[in-house]
Amino acid sequence: MCLAVPMTVVELTPDGGGVVELEGVRRSVRLDLLDDPQVGDVVIVHAGFAIETLDAAEAEARMALFARLAATYERELGGPVTLAAPPSRDGEG
Amino acid sequence: MRYVDGFRLPGAAKALTQELARLGDALGPRRVKLMEVCGSHTMAIARYGLKDLLPANVRLVSGPGCPVCVTDPGYVDAALALAERGAALATFGDMLRVPGSRGSLADARAAGADVRVFYSPVQALEWAEAEPDQAWVVLAVGFETTAAPLAALALEIRRRGLGNVTLLTATKTVPPALDALVADPALAIDGFLCPAHVSAIIGARAYLPYAEEHGRACVVAGFEPLDVLYGVKGLLEQLVAGVARVDNQYERVVRWEGNPAAQRAIARVFVPVDAPWRGLGVVPASGLALGPGLADLDASVRFERPVTAGRVNPACRCGDVLKGVIEPAECRLFGAPCVPERPLGPCMVSSEGSCAAAWRYSGRGAR
Ligand code: SF4
Repeated sequence: MCLAVPMTVVELTPDGGGVVELEGVRRSVRLDLLDDPQVGDVVIVHAGFAIETLDAAEAEARMALFARLAATYERELGGPVTLAAPPSRDGEG
Repeated sequence: MRYVDGFRLPGAAKALTQELARLGDALGPRRVKLMEVCGSHTMAIARYGLKDLLPANVRLVSGPGCPVCVTDPGYVDAALALAERGAALATFGDMLRVPGSRGSLADARAAGADVRVFYSPVQALEWAEAEPDQAWVVLAVGFETTAAPLAALALEIRRRGLGNVTLLTATKTVPPALDALVADPALAIDGFLCPAHVSAIIGARAYLPYAEEHGRACVVAGFEPLDVLYGVKGLLEQLVAGVARVDNQYERVVRWEGNPAAQRAIARVFVPVDAPWRGLGVVPASGLALGPGLADLDASVRFERPVTAGRVNPACRCGDVLKGVIEPAECRLFGAPCVPERPLGPCMVSSEGSCAAAWRYSGRGAR
């Protein structure tokens, strides 16, 4: 039930709601569970409610850390590696 | 690079696997047991085959982190009883096939009951406004991540003055379940991979007692594959060093104090009550019921149909799966005849359920 993918707030509506966007897809969302939501906030949405805002600096720092790990590994191994998600029985994943 | 790709880099997974192997060696002859408490972690671990990347002396078991899996069959029975009295039921989709004592919501729907699935519970308010003469019951199941939206929903029902919507609550909180797990010496869990989005609500500080009083390693981790591997690395580092603390490795979303607006909404709407969990029995103060002043929104009060304990399928070992006592494949019903299309127990129903997650990806030889 949890969507881990953050979405950007593009509009606030007067009733405590708003509109979020990800890769061009827009969705309405409730913002009641955030103190002081702003257009431009990147939020985590669960069950139609924004439950928290994403700390962009923390996200960048973590991605940079993982990128460094990958680069070090690939340098030592001499090439890129793949780690594909396995096929699932129902073809979802 | 898309956001998620940054948390799925194969090279980083390999590097972390090497690091995990080194930490496994550093543990020496010791065997350790870690528990992922959150169903979304269970799903990510099964999907990416992450158990195969762990050292042989490190076991990662699932916990009671899938809300529909821990729901007592008596709850489904109560919902069906309300449908028989003419209520339309509004629910998250993963409740549909959860077996009650005598059938599921899906069975009732096939037999003509009005059962509608929402993505967000707010949709139920639109349905209730469109059909004002119909009584609507929202099935309120979930942990803190869902309890907060449901609290906001209850406040919204009040604000809109809707008289035809009630909630049937089996909403639960995670820390009391952890209390039950650490109190059981037979389970011997060395560390918790703490949930991602439950923690966004309650804050990383909620796990302090498990580290400081019970000596369990705790790491809050996101549920992308690299988040999980890095989280396990953090747990093993604590175990190798012989320390127990709360590490928040999901700082991009989880604050130490949690989300105050969400906590306020939950506190305004709900009060803690003792609640039954599959596998754990009745856990004190682990459920959330509508508080005083909101009794008219409580479906079990309005319809005078309290939720009572139901009958579980005695052959289903979901309770042991939810405590990490057995792996899903150790249940003799796993795969035959119990499969997601015809689940015999709730752990096979939700995509977050351990049995369903293990089954979906068992083709790759997951342990
Ligand atoms: S495989 Fe089915 S019957 Fe066995 S424990 Fe899991 S849900 Fe229950």
